[in-house]
Amino acid sequence: MSSFLNSSIGKKFLMSLSGLFLLSFLLVHLILNSFILFDNTGELFNQAAHFMAANPIIKVVEPVLAIGFILHILYAIILTLHNLTTRPVGYNKQKQAHASSWSSRNMFVLGLVVLTFLVIHVANFFWKIKFTGHELLEHGMVGEVENTYLLVTTFFIDWWWIVAVYVIGSVALGLHLYHSIWAAFQTLGLSNQLWRRRLNRFGLLVSILIAGGFAVIPLWVKISSLL
Amino acid sequence: MDLTLKVWRQDNAKAKGRFENYQIKNISPDSSFLEMIDELNEQLIQEDKEPVAFDHDCREGICGMCSLFINGRAHGPDEEITTCQLHMRKFKDGDTIVIEPWRANGFPVIKDLMVDRQAFDKILQSGGFISANTGNAPDANAIPIGKDKAEESMDAAACIGCGACVATCKNSSAMLFVSSKVSQLALLPQGKHEAVRRAKAMVDKMDELGFGHCTNTGACEVECPKGISLDHISRLNREFLLANLKP
Repeated sequence: MSSFLNSSIGKKFLMSLSGLFLLSFLLVHLILNSFILFDNTGELFNQAAHFMAANPIIKVVEPVLAIGFILHILYAIILTLHNLTTRPVGYNKQKQAHASSWSSRNMFVLGLVVLTFLVIHVANFFWKIKFTGHELLEHGMVGEVENTYLLVTTFFIDWWWIVAVYVIGSVALGLHLYHSIWAAFQTLGLSNQLWRRRLNRFGLLVSILIAGGFAVIPLWVKISSLL
Repeated sequence: MDLTLKVWRQDNAKAKGRFENYQIKNISPDSSFLEMIDELNEQLIQEDKEPVAFDHDCREGICGMCSLFINGRAHGPDEEITTCQLHMRKFKDGDTIVIEPWRANGFPVIKDLMVDRQAFDKILQSGGFISANTGNAPDANAIPIGKDKAEESMDAAACIGCGACVATCKNSSAMLFVSSKVSQLALLPQGKHEAVRRAKAMVDKMDELGFGHCTNTGACEVECPKGISLDHISRLNREFLLANLKP
């Protein structure tokens, strides 16, 4: 097993599995966030956020999710550092655009942008909800259910540049996902001519859905507050 | 055609290389790229200068000996051909052409545009033998093989080991080469006995020789003179994963 994980394909195997696991998290996260759009009293979203915070299954999944992030980031660094050493003398002239997509060549950079966004995002909401608390969360509390909706929407309404940061983060995530969905299956050995086309289309669809979905929410909150 | 050539010159493996500019005149658009370099070398010899060292052999596009990174692309601007099959009509009169050797950790420069591709031979050797009965040539169709499998195996076997995949890959990964060599046998019943050992040994050797990790950009497939498909990389991944699951 250790020799497998030391091999190039073994490390990439871990990248693929952890990436697909993180993708499943994103889908659940997006579904919950979309409640902000469907109910402007915030009750639906607050109930959902409370359910996620109080649910014992989620308490178990949370550390697994953290491990998923750590593995994905750690192996991205290990693989990229090695790849930086494989061409000691570079080309004077190299044309790449016709042969590969920009996002496929810049997965690490896109990953760094997403990670930076993730840190900002966690500090904005998760940290306050989980650890430090916030006065807006207690505003108009119904029983145990905190007013997460108020915390989130106030944040977007008060600072337009935060909205911009969230849109940029979403676009970077979308570009990251666009290449990664087919690539994950390819690395797991689950691709051929036919499935490559299907997975690429599926990847495009999923990345537009996720990037679009996450970008629309802060934009919608901000714009609807101006109307 | 009159051309300016910007050529990588390097005296030996240890020396520091540099680009030199050469002017070359009256090149026929119908001549091949290698013939154009032959003419450059004639000119250099007449000027009492060292000719440019470059790899070539069959000049028919089947041996895998010629290389060259021409104007930023492996085997130059044309699709699915080797440098020897590239013709000067693909360039315009007055062009400046940048000619570089393959650049990769696994392919050190020997001299000028020649690189050492023994790493590929070492990977092939690590794959080892396949079991086959000795004696007379076997009867045709004695071992039934599906048409699609035979075709796919032949497609993989079309790899000539030129190294364009490694040269093109932003990570200098040798996955397309290794996957074609694993696939051509993995698809056939003759190669099944040693499949587990072969996949492990060839991937281990590839890693050991300092090639990069594949990030699935797909550039290798586009620049491969034989159009080897990324499907084979997926098959290699599958073979390697299954090989590691078996005791």
